Amino acid sequence: MLLFNFEKIFQLLKVLLNNSLLQITLSRLAHQLVENHLGFEDTVIVGLQPRGVLFSDRIVQLLQQITGNNNISYGRLDITFYRDDLRHGNGIQVPSQTDIAFSVNNKKVILIDDVLHTGRTIRAAMDALIDFGRPKEVELMVLIDRRFSRELPIQPDYVGLSVDTLFEQKVKVNWTTNNELNEVILI
Amino acid sequence: MSLSVKHLLGIKELQTQDIETIFQTADNFKQVLQRPIKKVPALRDTTVANIFFENSTRTRTSFELAEKRLGADTVNFAASSSSVSKGETLIDTVNNILSMKVDMVVMRHSASGAPWFLAQHIDASIINAGDGTNEHPTQGLLDAFSIREKLGSLKGKKVAIIGDIMHSRVAMSNIYCLQKLGAEVVVSGPPTLIPKHIDAMGVQVEYNVKKALQNCDAANVLRIQLERQHKPLFSTLREYALYYGINKSMLDALDKEILIMHPGPINRGVEINSDVADGKHSIILDQVENGVAIRMAVVYLLSGKRELPE
Repeated sequence: MLLFNFEKIFQLLKVLLNNSLLQITLSRLAHQLVENHLGFEDTVIVGLQPRGVLFSDRIVQLLQQITGNNNISYGRLDITFYRDDLRHGNGIQVPSQTDIAFSVNNKKVILIDDVLHTGRTIRAAMDALIDFGRPKEVELMVLIDRRFSRELPIQPDYVGLSVDTLFEQKVKVNWTTNNELNEVILI
Repeated sequence: MSLSVKHLLGIKELQTQDIETIFQTADNFKQVLQRPIKKVPALRDTTVANIFFENSTRTRTSFELAEKRLGADTVNFAASSSSVSKGETLIDTVNNILSMKVDMVVMRHSASGAPWFLAQHIDASIINAGDGTNEHPTQGLLDAFSIREKLGSLKGKKVAIIGDIMHSRVAMSNIYCLQKLGAEVVVSGPPTLIPKHIDAMGVQVEYNVKKALQNCDAANVLRIQLERQHKPLFSTLREYALYYGINKSMLDALDKEILIMHPGPINRGVEINSDVADGKHSIILDQVENGVAIRMAVVYLLSGKRELPE
């Protein structure tokens, strides 16, 4: 009986990217960034709190390995106060830390989040970002692009994997501290 | 995660987790206040009424700034220039303001318990900005937040509250807040200004101010509230300053550095000397700065208690 339940759970969880595929994808995305931004003199990286930061931490680590540049400007942005659904649903949220220790004025900003779905988070992120200054341009990198579910006209510039999903489904990226069992699953 | 209460009436009703949540949120707002654009749009759909039945500069300005920096609309109401002087009751006054589609009320009142009374009769969230001699919760929060900012944590720290404890709502809110965060509280001042049974609240009483200073990590010096003292409780202000006023030589005589706080407005030369208020130990202006962040956090977190129409 117990075994049956496990099988059912495994059927429900669909692995979109397993650990080895995920490493290849991360590496490709990092190389794409280097290709477009080379030395990262005018380019800054901003990861979105809370879950996008787990992804952007790894991208920045790879960028440092590839370019040998340990001074890439990297910040974390919390967008709680900019959400359009603050008082809808699950009650008010306590924000995570924002940590942007550099000016974004005239910089090329790469926003990084793990899953792009309706686009509302990115809309809020752009509003939040612009309160820190006037970037020269803003690009968007996501690990997973849930296609055909956008509610706002927002498209990513760098995509790890595009997937077709139903609205009720959830895409979850699991990161482990030792990077051995990272995976992306569809629930 | 949000607060366990719908109103902020007093620290007494808060859980320790609520205080931690407020501090964590205030950390974020403090950072917002350092930015070139010191404003977030979180409460752009909210209107807050600041209803002050008692005079205030700091608290009202601080609340108003906090609300504006959250993107809320504000209306200010001072009792002296209102229909209260024509005999309108508290509930009528507030209901009239609420019928103009106001979502939250920040209220200061000279009667202890006024916000509790109001909370039973209206639907909007109420934030107590000081009620009589009972509580001044946002001041208690910002004082503890300021100590936490300088000393890291409040657990095991000793905080002295010095001066007019009897008439001070700041003292009450400080005691509740500090104790919930694990700090020890010592109250000090002339016996006539210390309530008789205050030790029942679990605080130490030390009538000798020098000893109280020696045994604390932070001292919160309170204003002598002459407006609430209806009979003389000490002979002259000069005598009070001589025995209980904090001056620089007292702090120099200590074998350690302590933080000096004051909720304002300061009576310079009475409870605190200028050489202390403007000296290196003083974090008085940090308190004022933190006040805006704390009030932003409280207004923001309570705004989530409002039901939105579908």
